[in-house]
Amino acid sequence: MDNIKFDEATQKELSVFLEKQQAEARLHSSIHNFTGICWDKCVTGTPSTRFSRAEESCLSNCVERFLDTSLYMVRRIEEQRSALENGTTKFS
Amino acid sequence: MTDFLKSSAPTDMNAKKEAVMNAVRNEIALTNAQQLMNSANERCYKACITKPGTSLSSGEQTCLSRCLDRYMEAFNIVRRTYMTRLSKERMEDQANVI
Repeated sequence: MDNIKFDEATQKELSVFLEKQQAEARLHSSIHNFTGICWDKCVTGTPSTRFSRAEESCLSNCVERFLDTSLYMVRRIEEQRSALENGTTKFS
Repeated sequence: MTDFLKSSAPTDMNAKKEAVMNAVRNEIALTNAQQLMNSANERCYKACITKPGTSLSSGEQTCLSRCLDRYMEAFNIVRRTYMTRLSKERMEDQANVI
């Protein structure tokens, strides 16, 4: 079975499949990353049998604000760059 | 290698395709589980084992199993929030295009 070759259609199918799987893996990695960051921020006491309301909303706010932060940073850097290009103001 | 191999039976080719796909799926599922375990392990150790003794006490074990449950729950809350946000942003992007 090792020397079987894939025809063109199958190669295409496999590359689409691989791309999808890679995208999913990247998504999972981000979720793991956020879970770690937000756990550290929101879950401070000894873990109990259920989350408190506060912990639960902290976790989801944490994700939202983290994403806001990253959008904000991108916008700031773009602003600063265009300000530099226009030569009007330097970093404020 | 040689061209005539290309014309091998399509069922063999499909079987090999399925095998490749399953291998990739398994690999990704494994990585995912490992990431979850590593990160839960680290955090639950921090939360539950404050003074390491000569063995895991029953109190520590209770804490660890609760912590693991909470970690999974946190993962699900984070995933739900993130997915909702992603689909909301995708819809806004589409609205902007129109």
